[in-house]
Amino acid sequence: MSTDLDKLWPLLFPAIGQTLQMVAAVMVIVVAVGTPVGVVLHNSSPGALFPHRALRATLSWVVNLGRSLPFLILMAAIIPFTRYVAGTTIGVSAAIVPMSLAGIPYFARLVETALREVDREATEAGRAAGGSRLQVIVSVQLAEALPALVGSLTIAIVGMLEFSAIAGTIGAGGIGYLAISYGYERFDTTVMTATIVTLIVMVQVIQFTGDRIVRRLAH
Amino acid sequence: MIRVEKLHKTFGTGTRARPVLHEVDLNIAQGTIGAVVGPSGAGKSTLARCVNLLERPTSGRVWVAGTDVTDLPERDLRHARRAIGTVFQSANLLRRRTAAQNVAMPLRYLGVTAREEKRRVAELLERVGLTDRADDYPAQLSGGQRQRVGIARALALRPKVLLSDEATSGLDPAATRSVLALLRELRTDLDLAILLITHEMEVVREVADTAALLREGRVAESGPVHQLVADPHSALGNALLPDRPVSWDRPGLGTWRLTYQGHAVPTDWLTRLGADHGLDVHLLSATVEEIAGRAAGRATIAVGHDRADELTAALDGWGIHAEPLPEPLPESLPGPLPPDHSARAEEPAASEPASEAAAETAAETVV
Repeated sequence: MSTDLDKLWPLLFPAIGQTLQMVAAVMVIVVAVGTPVGVVLHNSSPGALFPHRALRATLSWVVNLGRSLPFLILMAAIIPFTRYVAGTTIGVSAAIVPMSLAGIPYFARLVETALREVDREATEAGRAAGGSRLQVIVSVQLAEALPALVGSLTIAIVGMLEFSAIAGTIGAGGIGYLAISYGYERFDTTVMTATIVTLIVMVQVIQFTGDRIVRRLAH
Repeated sequence: MIRVEKLHKTFGTGTRARPVLHEVDLNIAQGTIGAVVGPSGAGKSTLARCVNLLERPTSGRVWVAGTDVTDLPERDLRHARRAIGTVFQSANLLRRRTAAQNVAMPLRYLGVTAREEKRRVAELLERVGLTDRADDYPAQLSGGQRQRVGIARALALRPKVLLSDEATSGLDPAATRSVLALLRELRTDLDLAILLITHEMEVVREVADTAALLREGRVAESGPVHQLVADPHSALGNALLPDRPVSWDRPGLGTWRLTYQGHAVPTDWLTRLGADHGLDVHLLSATVEEIAGRAAGRATIAVGHDRADELTAALDGWGIHAEPLPEPLPESLPGPLPPDHSARAEEPAASEPASEAAAETAAETVV
């Protein structure tokens, strides 16, 4: 069985919309929460702005916890929590909960790695110049790491796109749902091919854009 | 003024405690440059970090520009740091900011108006001679220029105290000279107290007014540079103005090691020994330089044994310190003898960089 091409678009168009909506909403949460977590992870390490062994160990453990479960299992495991937060366990809003939960620690580690690449001496110069910790974090660490952070953002968006496709399998909507319900369960080759092509194009566009921005930021 | 009193710093606690500084005393007056030298691992950088308050001393006190900064609470440290300009090794500039933006950093943190910031940055860049490079990124500047930007940034908040932590390490000799000339100029024009941390003896020789030798976390020796070089038995003085190796093949002659410094010594003492005193002087080695604005020299000469009294009398009259070197061992001893080791073994060993420095200056200064 196969869907006609003229019927494909009405299926694909809303699915792309849902996917973009999911990824966009999740990325806002992931950046808003993941960045501070990454900043604290980096600066609580020895020799950084506020070394704190216990804080770092605890935070690192929690972050690893969030990163250790495969997304599909995490998603299934936290269904009661999702219902509590989103009020439902299906649809776009329900997918945002597990995606954020998986995305925050993921992005936090990327931020930590990006900050680690900033010379420690630059941070030191900021402090010696009379900057507060917050001023040094913003104007030295994050500012110097900007190209790396944009690179991290690109990786995270692609990652979230993948998660959204997986979330689709348990009824979150979007391209993943289309691929499973039409392409897999109904053996619809046209839809399957269309979703694959769509995903490939999306990833390429995201990566290309990210790389362009990184190049423009480099000095 | 920078004053450090009985400073102790230990890293770690309990069995893992690692003492880095013991009882360090240091005093640098306004309008002077005080150098702290020593081999790597001697605690120089830790001392610097205790002075610019990036590190807390374990005990002892630190005064900066008249304020005791030892026990300041964390939030006041930030304000205290603004009274101290720090110039780092390799400048530590932000790579994604232009020279002007780097210089503006302390002003931004302080929160001055945009107009004031612009005015002050222009003033500072002019001061270090980089007005035309204001919009360049650090990658577009040479090492010496980057260090000048670093100095301009350190001066942004009009500190009374400047701390230079290996600021010239890694610069080529020409850039080193220009950075040192700038520091000397700033010391005088702005009446700064400059703490200069370095491992390069030629840097000390070129700009320092006082020097302290840090060895294994202790001040092994310190004093005004002109006094150190005048002291024939000062390890630091010897490192600043090293003796040159001497060949010993002078039968019938007594060998003398001379040390002198100051305006009183006539620069033509060597020819005068011959012309006025009729002495037949063999010059075996010599180093003569201007240090802290005065001529300073070390020389090894040989004169006939019978004329020793005349020699010491003449040298004494000019204020040249002379001491006889031990006789070379008799030639009948088995095996070849390295020419200069017997004498040099008694002298305190000069640190590694000193001998490098000596090798570099030897070409120009050995007569």
